[in-house]
Amino acid sequence: MSEDGVDRGKRRFLIALTTGVGTVGIVFAATPFVLSMNPSARARAAGAPVDVDISKLELGQMLVVAWRGKPVYIVNRTKAMLAQLSNNVSLLVDPYSKVKSQQPPYAENIYRARKPEILVVLGVCTHLGCAPSRAFTVGAASGLGANWPGGFFCHCHGSKYDMSGRVFKNVPAPLNLDVPPYMYLTDTLIRVGSDKKKGAA
Amino acid sequence: MEKLIAWIDDRFPLTKVWNEHLAQYYAPKNFNFWYYFGSLALLVLVNQIVTGIFLTMNYKPDAALAFGSVQYIMYDVSWGWLIRYMHSVGASMFFVIVYLHMFRGLLYGSHRQPRELIWIFGALIFVALMAEAFMGYLLPWGNMSYWGAQVIISLFTAIPYVGNGLARWVRGDFVVSDATLNRFFAFHVIALPLVLVALVFVHLVALHKVGSNNPDGIEIKKKKGSNGIPLDGIPFHPYYTVKDIVGVTVFLMVFAAIIFFAPSMGGKFLEHDNFIPANILSTPLDIVPLWYFTPFYSMLRASTTDFTHGMLAVSTVLVAGLAFFTRKGAMAKVASVIIAAVLVLGMFTLEAKLWGVIMMGSSIVLIFFLPWLDRSPVKSIRYRGALYKGALTVFVISFILLGYLGTKSPDAVSLFLFKNVLWAQIFTLVYLGFFVLMPWYTKIDKTKPVPERVTFK
Repeated sequence: MSEDGVDRGKRRFLIALTTGVGTVGIVFAATPFVLSMNPSARARAAGAPVDVDISKLELGQMLVVAWRGKPVYIVNRTKAMLAQLSNNVSLLVDPYSKVKSQQPPYAENIYRARKPEILVVLGVCTHLGCAPSRAFTVGAASGLGANWPGGFFCHCHGSKYDMSGRVFKNVPAPLNLDVPPYMYLTDTLIRVGSDKKKGAA
Repeated sequence: MEKLIAWIDDRFPLTKVWNEHLAQYYAPKNFNFWYYFGSLALLVLVNQIVTGIFLTMNYKPDAALAFGSVQYIMYDVSWGWLIRYMHSVGASMFFVIVYLHMFRGLLYGSHRQPRELIWIFGALIFVALMAEAFMGYLLPWGNMSYWGAQVIISLFTAIPYVGNGLARWVRGDFVVSDATLNRFFAFHVIALPLVLVALVFVHLVALHKVGSNNPDGIEIKKKKGSNGIPLDGIPFHPYYTVKDIVGVTVFLMVFAAIIFFAPSMGGKFLEHDNFIPANILSTPLDIVPLWYFTPFYSMLRASTTDFTHGMLAVSTVLVAGLAFFTRKGAMAKVASVIIAAVLVLGMFTLEAKLWGVIMMGSSIVLIFFLPWLDRSPVKSIRYRGALYKGALTVFVISFILLGYLGTKSPDAVSLFLFKNVLWAQIFTLVYLGFFVLMPWYTKIDKTKPVPERVTFK
C-alpha cells in the first residue's frame, strides 16, 4: 500500500484517541464486574446483635458465642487474673488501650471492659484472623514458658495476648483484640453488637 | 490417508505443527532424570482438569451443602472416591513435580539467557498454581479449609489504608462465608484453569522458540551439521516421547500407590482437621496449610517485630553502603539512597505484620529475577565452582526445613537448641540471601571450562 499523501500526525492522533477512548470504555465496563465482588446487600444487612446470658458463666471460665460470623469470647475473670493485669504493663504493646479502633471508649482501661470481671472480646487474632485459644493457666504448666502470666495464645502464628486481650510485644499480631460494642441489659444478660439503649447498631 | 492429510494441511498447518514441535523438534541428546518433570507436570495438569470436571458434576458450591456433597462423592457416587483422591493426591503431586522441575532449572541454568521468558512464564505458572491450589482447598468446606482461607485472605489486611476493604472485596463478606466459597469455586474451576492452560501454552511456545537447555548448559544450536540440524540434537519424537512414557509409567505407579494406600498421606495431603465441617467458632489447634505452602508460611511466621526491625536495619546499612561504594554512577547512587530512605521510613511506620507479608511476597518475586541475578559465565552446575554448589545446597536444605517448621508450632523446639521461630528466621535469611547475594557469589565463583559438545554422565 502506498504511503504517499498520508498525514502521519493525523494518523497518530487518531490512533491515540481511539486507544484512549477504548481504555476508558474498558475501565467503565470493568467497574460493575469489580464492584459485584463486594459484599452483597444481604451480607451487609446481616449482623444483628446477639443477647448472651452469662448467669451460668463460672469464675475463670470462658463462653464463646457467634456474632456476625465471628467468635466472641466472654470471660469471667478471677481476682488473681485481674491482679495480674497491671503487672503485665511493661510487656505489652498498648497496655492502656490507646488505639481507638480496638475498643469502644468505655473499654479504654486496663480491664478493657465495662465491668472489670467480665471480658468481652472478639476471638479474632489481629494478625491474620485465627481464633486464639485460651491459655489461662499461669506458668510452665501452660506450655508457654515459666513466666507466662495467663491469657490467650494464637496457635496459627504464635501471637500472645494477656487476660484483657492486650497483645504482648514481639509477636506477629500488632494490635489488642477488638472489643465489640456491647451493653448490659441486666446484670447477667449482655447484648453483643449494640451499645445504644434504643435501636440496633 | 495422504490425501486427507493434504486436505487438512491446505486448511490447517497440521504437518507443520507436528514437525516443529515433535518430529523435527531437536532436543539435546543428553537429557537425564531431571528432564522428566516437564512432561509429568503436563500429565498432572490433564489429570486435574479431567478429574475436576467429574467432581463438579456432584459437588455443591454452597456453605450449607459443600461438606456434605464431598462426603456424597466419597461414599455414594460410583467411583467418586477414586476420582476425588486422584484430584486431591494429584494436587500434591503437581507441587512435588513443579518443585523438582524448578530445581532442575537451578541445577542446569535453564533460566539463563536466552531462556529468561520461559523462566518467567514458569514462575507465573507457579503463582497461578498456588492460587488455584489455595482456592481449591476451600471447596471441601472443612475446618482447615475455612481457617486456612481466613488466614490467607487476612494477609491483605496488612496493607495500610486499603487492606481491610480489599480483604472484604476478596471475601465478598465480612468473614469467610458462602459468598467466598461460591466465588472461589468460580475461580478454581473456570478462571484459573484457563489462565494456567494459557500460561503452559506460552511456556512451551517460548521453549520451542529457543530450544531446550541440557545438563551441560551449552547451546546445541551452535554446532550444526551440514543439514542444519544440531549435531547434539535428536528429534523429540520418537526419542523423548518414548523416554517420557517411561517416566509416566513410573510416576503412575507411585501415584496409584499413594491413591490406593495412603490417599491422605497421614494428614499431609488431606489434613485431619478437614474431615470436620467448617466451624466459625473454633480454629483448629494446629493450623497449618498443606505441605507445599509451608515453606512460605514459615517465612510469614518468622516476622516478629525484632526480626523485621533487625533485618530492615541491616538492609538499610547495606543499601546505604552500596550508595557509597557503587561504581555504577550517579543514578545508582541516588536510587540506593532513596531505597535506604524508604526502608528507614517503613521501619518506623509499618507493622511487623506487613513486613511478614512483604517478606513472603518477595520470596516469590525474587524467583522472577533469577535470570538477572545469576552472573556466572557458565550455566550448568557441572562447571560451576564450590560457591554456587554450596549456596544451592544450603538453599535447598533451608527450603525443606522451612517447610518442616511450617507444620510445627513456632514456640516448640522441633530441631535442636532453639525455638522453631528462631530457626525459621535463620532459614528465611538463607532463602533470601541465596537470591540477594547471587550476583556477587556467582561472579567470583571459580568455574570450569565448558565443553564444546554435550557429554553423558
